[in-house]
Amino acid sequence: MTAPQVEVLLQTILSGLLLGGLYALIGIGMTLIMGVMKIINLAHGELMMVGMYIAYVLFSVFHIDPYLSIFIAAPALFLLGILLQKYLINPVLKVDAIIPENQVILTVGIGMVLSNIATIIFSSDYKTTPVDYATKAWYLSDIWKASPIELSLSLPWSVSFSFALMITGALWFFLTKTDMGKSIRATAQDKDAALLMGVNVERMRVVTFGLGSALVGSAGCLFIPIYYLYPDLGGQFTLTAFVITILGGLGSTVGAIVGGLILGVFESLTSTYAGMGWAPVGRFVIFLAALIFVPQGIMSLFTRKRFGK
Amino acid sequence: MPDVMPNIMLDIQHLNVFYGDVQVIWDVSFSVAKGEVVALIGANGAGKSTILKTISGIIRPAGGEIFFDSQPIHTRKAYSMVEAGLAHVPEARRLFVEMTVEENLDMGSLKGAARAGRSNTKEMVFDLFPRLKERRKQIAGTLSGGEQQMVAIGRGLMSLPSLIMFDEPSLGLAPILVREIFNVIKKIRGEGVTVMIVEQNVKQTLAVADRAYVLETGKIVLEGTGEALLDDEHVRKAYLGV
Repeated sequence: MTAPQVEVLLQTILSGLLLGGLYALIGIGMTLIMGVMKIINLAHGELMMVGMYIAYVLFSVFHIDPYLSIFIAAPALFLLGILLQKYLINPVLKVDAIIPENQVILTVGIGMVLSNIATIIFSSDYKTTPVDYATKAWYLSDIWKASPIELSLSLPWSVSFSFALMITGALWFFLTKTDMGKSIRATAQDKDAALLMGVNVERMRVVTFGLGSALVGSAGCLFIPIYYLYPDLGGQFTLTAFVITILGGLGSTVGAIVGGLILGVFESLTSTYAGMGWAPVGRFVIFLAALIFVPQGIMSLFTRKRFGK
Repeated sequence: MPDVMPNIMLDIQHLNVFYGDVQVIWDVSFSVAKGEVVALIGANGAGKSTILKTISGIIRPAGGEIFFDSQPIHTRKAYSMVEAGLAHVPEARRLFVEMTVEENLDMGSLKGAARAGRSNTKEMVFDLFPRLKERRKQIAGTLSGGEQQMVAIGRGLMSLPSLIMFDEPSLGLAPILVREIFNVIKKIRGEGVTVMIVEQNVKQTLAVADRAYVLETGKIVLEGTGEALLDDEHVRKAYLGV
């Protein structure tokens, strides 16, 4: 490979990892909800869209930086998630319906309502938050003068990635070091046993849905400086989150991180070498490959096989 | 007679339980006094586990009452039982298989005094099962069956219960481990904890139990001291094969 070719490849992988970090955050939210409630939240991307509109309004009306709007959007989405779970999803979970998994269908409905509300309020125009650092970047030659190849790192992308990393770290701390976090994991692993330990399982479900919503809402705030926004953008990200969740193994947080990174790099590679339009195709190729070759999720390749419970 | 027994810890009155339209527990009444080891024995499907699950609130009874420390608990939320002092070590262990041994033990001490005394109780559990101390950072799902049972028992003890209920603690274990588990149960009762045990391993269970009830197709057919039941003609024929 010649130097420019290496440059393109490395640059592509770098961008892919940055994108993958954000994807991981979206995927973690979905996989948490999946783990605890055993349902696929098909309104996940729409919740992200809501987070993005919150960031957009805060930026265009109050001139608040999209990164700072996380501190408003995340609690707002947490609250929205709690209300959705408590008043819409929980009552449906309790009913024996003719259609199995009717709560999944309910989440599709929730997604539709959210994107249509957004259309009513904001119209279907594309929106952006034109921050003044949008095109700033770091260059490898700035730090290493004699570097044989040139790599650039977009400032907003790297800030978004760092935020995603910090949020993921905070979540990891919460899930492994606090009693409530452990209770959430316990509920995901064995609901009845968690009940016997004194875990209020129903409350954990509500908290988890709120948490998953807050995570994907923050991902929205991280996406908006580098992306554009329109009411129907949710569906595409729901799909992304779904692919990551399948790739990572349903309910596995580490799997979602790995899955997000793989998907980000793969999409970046397809758009560089096959053209932008092929990125969604790459996503489906990954999805099918995951279903065929690693149906238990990517993490199943690294853990020892277990038999029985 | 149970009504006048002093220091009753657990009192079950006329319990009826259904799975859908099928009645599985028929008018069952029994009681457990403070400090006793009481066994519930019977064949597979007799309803032993169902009774334990009903006591701990996972299943709601269709009729009857359950009193724990003279308080009615059949209407209490399942998750609040452990706070009341009732621990249930479920059948097949039901560990949190993706958590470490230590995290599993932590899950047993989420509330109140158990939470405050977590590290002390953990040391006590490690004294009881030294092997768990060596494996405290190991993922529970990768332990052997016997070790998993130790975690399950330890997790139950972490809540500092006044009554601990064991559901088939010897299930699937090698004879030497079965003996160890029964020795631990004796130690637990030595600490003043009341024990209720459900087992198919009738011989060893009756040997440690003060009293036992024999359950057949959802009804109590016999009761007596462990020794008396070991000599009982029906028990010997049906459960001991002699």
